Order: sequence, then C-alpha cells, then structure tokens
Amino acid sequence: MSSILEVKDLKVSFKTYAGEVKAVRGVSFDLKKGETLAIVGESGCGKTVTAKAILRLLKEPPAIIKEGSQIIFNGENVLKMNKKRLQHFRGGDISMIFQDPMTSLNPTMTIGNQIAESLIIHKKIKKKQAINEAIRLLEIVNIPNAKERIKSYPHQLSGGMRQRVMIAIALSCSPKILIADEPTTALDVTIQAQIIELLNELKREFNTSVVIVTHDLGVVANFADRVQVMYAGHVIETGNKYEIFYESKHPYTWALLNSVPRLDIECKAELHPLKGTPPDLILPLEGCPFASRCEYAMEICLEKKPEETSITDSHRVSCWLQDPRAPKVERPINLGGTTNE
Amino acid sequence: MGRYILKRVGLMLLTLWIIITLTFLLMHSIPGDPLANMARKLPEQIQQNYYQRYGLDKPVVVQYGIFMKNLITKGDLGESLVYPGRSVTETISKNSKVSGRLGIQALAMGVTIGITLGIIAALNRNRWPDFLVMFIAILGVSIPLFIIAALLQYFFTAKLELLPTTGWGKFKHTILPSIAMCFGSIATYARYMRSNVLEIVNQDYILTAKAKGVSEFNIIRKHIFRNAILPALTILGPQIAGIFTGAFVIERIFGIPGLGFYYINSINDRDYTMIIGTTVFFASLFIISQLVVDILYGVVDPRIRVSKNSR
Repeated sequence: MSSILEVKDLKVSFKTYAGEVKAVRGVSFDLKKGETLAIVGESGCGKTVTAKAILRLLKEPPAIIKEGSQIIFNGENVLKMNKKRLQHFRGGDISMIFQDPMTSLNPTMTIGNQIAESLIIHKKIKKKQAINEAIRLLEIVNIPNAKERIKSYPHQLSGGMRQRVMIAIALSCSPKILIADEPTTALDVTIQAQIIELLNELKREFNTSVVIVTHDLGVVANFADRVQVMYAGHVIETGNKYEIFYESKHPYTWALLNSVPRLDIECKAELHPLKGTPPDLILPLEGCPFASRCEYAMEICLEKKPEETSITDSHRVSCWLQDPRAPKVERPINLGGTTNE
Repeated sequence: MGRYILKRVGLMLLTLWIIITLTFLLMHSIPGDPLANMARKLPEQIQQNYYQRYGLDKPVVVQYGIFMKNLITKGDLGESLVYPGRSVTETISKNSKVSGRLGIQALAMGVTIGITLGIIAALNRNRWPDFLVMFIAILGVSIPLFIIAALLQYFFTAKLELLPTTGWGKFKHTILPSIAMCFGSIATYARYMRSNVLEIVNQDYILTAKAKGVSEFNIIRKHIFRNAILPALTILGPQIAGIFTGAFVIERIFGIPGLGFYYINSINDRDYTMIIGTTVFFASLFIISQLVVDILYGVVDPRIRVSKNSR
C-alpha cells in the first residue's frame, strides 16, 4: 500500500509573550490508503497542533511551521500550496472533524446550508442539487427525518446529532483523508460509542484514510489500525494496535495503558494515575522529555535524547531502555482479559 | 409571531400612556403658563376669555381628560398655544419629514460606515488600518457633536467651498448635517463591531468553515458578519434615540426646519400642546424602533426566534 500522506520532521512553534513554545518538535509519520492512524497522548502533547498543521489551520502567526518541515499529500507539499490550491485541498482532499460539536457549527446557518456549502465549493453544483445531496448525507449519518432536519439550526440538535452533521460535512466531498480531532471527547459515553461505530462504517464505505486524535484508549482499540504515542511534541512510540496494546516498550505508553480504569477488577482497587505534569514546552529539553516522570529513568535519560529503535517493521520506540546496556525491565501491565490475569 | 407583536404593541401603548401622563403632569406643575406672559397686560375679562378659549381655566385633571379624549377619539393633539391657528398634528407631520429624512440618512450612514470600519479594523488587528479606525472612533466618541458640525462647516464651506453651510431643500444641504450626526454612531459601531468580529474569528465554527475550504471573503460574508452583527443590533435602539436627540442641536447649527427646532422652542414658550405633541412623537419613534430591533433580532438569530407556540 502506498502512503497518501507523509509528515516529515514537522516542527511547530508558537510565539508568545513568555517565549517560543515549541509545541511539536520533529514529528514524522505516514498514512497509508484506507488506514486509520490514532495519535494518542495526554493534553498539551502536540496532538491537535499536529492535526491542524496538516490542514494548515493554525493561525500564522502566532504559529510558525519551521523550515525543513514537510507535509506531503499525494506527492504534493501542503506547506508550499498557494491560497487557491489550499482552499480546494481543505474539504476536497482532506477534511476535519473537531472536538466540540456544540461550538463547531455556525449557529445562524441551517445545517442544510452548512453541508451544502462545501458541496457547492468543491463539486461545483447548484444550490438545489447540493441541498438534495445534503439530505442524502444526513441519511447516511443516520439522522432521522432528514428532509425536515435539513432546515434545523444547530441549537435545535443534540450534541450527538451535531457531531453527525459535522461528519456529514466532512465526508460530503468524499475526501481521501479524514482528520478527527477528539471527535468523542465532548459527548457522553453511549453517544461516543455510536459515533465511533458510525465513523467505522463510513471509513469502510468511503474508503477514507483516517487520522484520529484522542486520549481515549478505548476509542483506539475499537477504531485504529496503527497507533502513535506522543509526548511533549515528540512521537515516542509507534506501532500497530496489537504492538502498542500488548508489546509496548516505552514507559510512557505503559503508564498510559495502566491509567485506564478497569471494569474487570474489584471496585476498591486503586486507579493508577500518571503522576506529575508534562514538561514546560517553552524551556529547552535535554535528554528524554519523559525522564522526569519516568520510573525507570537512568542517568543517560536526563542527558541525551534517545534514538528511535525499530522493534519490528511497524513498531518503533524512542527509549534508552532499548539500549543493549540498559537493564531489562518487565512490562508492568495487566490488560483486562489477557494472559496474566 | 403575530401574537408576540400584538403583545408588544399593547405594552408600547401602555408605555406611551405613561409618558404622556407624566409629561402632562410635570409640565403643569411648573409655575406659570403659556399665556401668562402675554395676558398679564390685558384687562381681567379678556384674560379670562383667553383662558377659557384654551380650556386652561379648568382643573388639571379635567384638562387631562379632555386632552386624552381628543387624542384617542380623533388623534388630535390640539392647537398650538403660541402660534394661534396652527394645529400641532399638522406641524409635526410637516416638519417630521425633514427630521426623519435627515435622521434616517444619518443612521444608515453611521451604521454602514461604522460596521465596515469595525470589520476592517478587526481583520487588520494591530496594524495601521486598525489604529486609524480606532483613532477615528475615539475622536467620534469624545468630540461633541456641535464642534464636529462647526469643523465640517469650516472645512467644506469656508475652505473648500464645496457645500452650503446652512439651509434646506436639496440633497447637498443634507450631506454635512448627516455626517455630523452620524459621527458618534460610526465611532460606536466601529468599536463594537471590531470587538465582536475579533471574538467571532476565534470561534470553532470559523475553523470548521476554513476546514471546508470556504474562501476568506465568504468566511467574512457568510460566517463572521451575521454572527458579529447580532450584539451590534442591541445598540441600534439607543443609537436611533441618540441620532434624534442630536438632531435638536444639528438642526439649529445648520438652520434646518426640522421638528427639533419646535421641540426646544415649545419648552421655552411653555407651549403645552406642542410639548406633549412633540414628546409623543419622539417617544413613539423610539418605542417603535425598539420593537423593530427586537424583530430584527429574531430574523438574524434563529436561537432567539420567537417560536410558534410560545407567547
């Protein structure tokens, strides 16, 4: 399978009064056709910035995409696109769903018009046709009574319905890539499941590649093919779903997996939160960014940044524990319903 | 919607009634009366005749009753006490056209220019267009109307000799007074729109629009404008009032035969009927503009559209 999107050494900073915040510090990954890539990590690790940078949605300034960064879509550098091409690229080739459906729709426009808008731009069809197409799209995302609903305003819909409308907008022009930035975070749990189910169906139907940004590992397990764990603007581990859940090598990934509340153990058992906070992204980072919170940190971790080590073709990790000289550490994880329960 | 408007009209009439009653009582509680000055020198009998002729010999309550009866049944505001033979209704209908034209022209100019400048300022935040607009806005809110009027007269007539200083009749006569009158509105609207647009620009749905590939111009036109104009509608009511009170001064300076002239004179002359008449006129104008603003609100913002079932 060929890559449809390649991100190479993406570096994004924000100019603030306090100094330059280096939010993304050299992220590289690729996305294959039809594949679903999940980007996980705690708040403030650069997930959303990475996602928005792909569509060039960051406000520049204050954001700065550093020289040498490359975002290549189908052989074309997104960072070098002119205004016109960029407009066509957004919505036509690649589209995005945002975190909060309550605020992501224009409150003074009917949802029909909001879906039709992107159809009119990219498919160059007449308004009437676009509205008919919008009705069809609403039916696809399982909104009942689509013909009536098309005239509704966002405030007349529930959060889950609004997110369905967002999905309809995003998929309206059959984009090749869909970027979903925490699409379920603002919804309640039962709706979350429905939305993920819907996305799963649609990505198969439309054969869309998906980048999903999330901190919900449940979503990852249900939805993703490949997982990329980010910390302090770096990708610290990447691998396919099974490698990350069952064979992860990075202490941060372990901590993330351990922090998930478990249903299958008695309710008095303690939760395992990840202690401490991520490093201040204004300060320069020496060594491994996770070193200060890592239970297994060694001297070298504070001094030098670890190189990326390949475990398998798809599984790569940046951690000094992979060095042959490092002590062997047993993976301290119990996943529900697996081997050593 | 119809029911809502009906209810509002009812409330408007109530408000108007309160205004009329208060004005009536206040004006009668001031010592002296419109005829005192003239009648003082006349013989007793003639004085009495005068007072009888205008019904001023009766107790205030009775006068109030007669006035209200005439107003409600005939829409008659009475006859001017100072200019005999001139009916108040006629004076208002004749002169309000002048004031109305000037006011609407000034309001339209003020709102459109103010909104445009505000959007330009917001989109060029912290660059020279922004500073320029804010400079104009600060001048607009801080310099009194009559100074702006005088300055305009100085530059456009004395220096450039482009427009007439005073007078009424042709379009060119309306230009300077409209500009002078709308200066405050431009300032208020520019500042208001600027802050609204700056807020809207950072909303999530603008990002959604960008992600859809909507062009910058269409984002402003379709997504920013309508949402930013909403809060600006709220200040339209007070702006209308401001424009009409400004008219009192402006009409004087530019020698325009509008209603403001009569309003001020009637108070100086204690011309009871004229005071009530002009007050009723300006008050209803203001109340109606409030209703229009409220209806417009519903047109622009679907969230506060009055639903069919609610009252």
